[in-house]
Amino acid sequence: MKKVRIGTGSGYWGDRFDAADTLAAKGNVDYIAFDYLAELTMSIMQKQKNKDPKKGYATDFLSVLKRILPECKKKGIKLIASAGGVNPEALGDEIVSIAKGMGINLKVALVTGDNILDRLDELEKKGCTFLNMENGEPFSSVKGKITNANVYLGAEPIVEALKNGAEIVITGRNTDTSLFLAPMIYELGWKSRDYDLLANGICFGHIIECGGQVSGGNFTGGWENVHDLANLGWPIAEVYENGTAIITKPEETGGLVSSATVKEELLYEIGDPTSYITPDVIADFSQVYIEDAGVNKVKVSGAKGTPPPETLKVSIGYADGFKAFAEISYAWPKALKKAKIADKILRERFKIIELEAEEIWTEFIGYNSILGPISEKEALEPEEVRLRIGIRTKSLAEAQKLAPEVPCLVTCGPPNGSGYNLGRITPQEILAYWPALMSKSYVKPDVIYKESKV
Amino acid sequence: MKKIKLIEIAHARSGDKGDGVNIGVIARKPEFYKILKEKVTVEKVAEHFKGWVFGEIKRYELPNIHSLNFLLEKALGGGATESLRTDNQGKAMNAALLRMEIEIDSEQ
Repeated sequence: MKKVRIGTGSGYWGDRFDAADTLAAKGNVDYIAFDYLAELTMSIMQKQKNKDPKKGYATDFLSVLKRILPECKKKGIKLIASAGGVNPEALGDEIVSIAKGMGINLKVALVTGDNILDRLDELEKKGCTFLNMENGEPFSSVKGKITNANVYLGAEPIVEALKNGAEIVITGRNTDTSLFLAPMIYELGWKSRDYDLLANGICFGHIIECGGQVSGGNFTGGWENVHDLANLGWPIAEVYENGTAIITKPEETGGLVSSATVKEELLYEIGDPTSYITPDVIADFSQVYIEDAGVNKVKVSGAKGTPPPETLKVSIGYADGFKAFAEISYAWPKALKKAKIADKILRERFKIIELEAEEIWTEFIGYNSILGPISEKEALEPEEVRLRIGIRTKSLAEAQKLAPEVPCLVTCGPPNGSGYNLGRITPQEILAYWPALMSKSYVKPDVIYKESKV
Repeated sequence: MKKIKLIEIAHARSGDKGDGVNIGVIARKPEFYKILKEKVTVEKVAEHFKGWVFGEIKRYELPNIHSLNFLLEKALGGGATESLRTDNQGKAMNAALLRMEIEIDSEQ
């Protein structure tokens, strides 16, 4: 039976930089897929491109490439990465330049067509409403503040690139799962109407796309027995043409792949498990089987598929004010009481200095900062407490009013105030997420090729 | 009857979905799945998260992997970037749920 082995080299922008090294060296993989995108990564990249037209992509990928390109070329391992951001062509040029510098011939494909920032007016005229799909609010409420607008593309353009001999495929806002599904379609000969096969492919992609989270990281089912997370082995899906897979990791690496870690990751960031919607297929995960099949080997099967919707999801980012945080610590005796009084003083000061905040939020680190009232129910008097106060404001000027109020707490507040952090108090601009749907008939993905010939 | 914490019979993972959170709850042994279905109800979870989660709660079943998936709306103080919470992505909401007490038969 035909099979393909696909490893995960990155789960997000900023993931462990040497993750792909072991996959390339001893993962025995055919492909390594790299996901760099969270909901608002494109917004950040668009801001970078606005400052410098040659930027706007995940620079991490270039560092990775310098480490693994010679080995991948030698072994024929192909790379697929959603690293293109809002500037796939600039990244493509950099990749070609690195390959030339190493004396390597290379064909790079760039998937474009997801970026609709410059087409928003045109698309609205054609009838796209871009209503917020979570709360139904009209698009007019954020127009003028838009930082990026990208359509989630599926596997099709990546498959086309692979058919045309690309050794590296760079995408913009492709779905995370499409990066993994595309090589399965290409290598195993799956067709666009093989909905059950595609649904299983989406399932395998979903399971391994967050990297270390399926091979021992963030594991509640027995984390104390997971060893050597500093050398965690990055996940691999060995996918068979009948739509089953073995999830595993390279030999002699740390971490753990077990039915329990795979179950946790199948359930990660999903809503209705009977309807995981992608541009390629609607996958039903509710009947999936997950079974141990050896040491660090787990068999996954049983997803069902139905045709994809006529709409594509659009990821729109917009600027939505600012936020700033301040922290200060208090110790025994009565640490919590001191921190609560400091909070009260700050809130009174905000009134005196007329700080206009949309929201003020207080947490007591060491007492309730992570689980809120669920911690408070069973908490004992803490030895020490760190007050953390956050404000959300419309303007930068309002957010900047927080910083000068904090040092004074030491001399004008309860005793023992220590470790206030002016360094981290700089306000951050809030980039907010506006998810919408649009007809896929208006989106035409394109694939551009660049080559290094030495 | 005896009281136990959910963590004794289940493990879980959580993540953000906009301003919502999903929590996947997995029975530590197949025979515990029945208890999860009976005892970890939408009403019970809503009561547990009172004052911390403000929207609708939905429950889905995944019988082959002995798991439930909960979707909690208005759970993050505005969603990852807007939220002022330390856990702005709901990475510890699974722990919050696993701390919930349920009553089971003494023989179980």
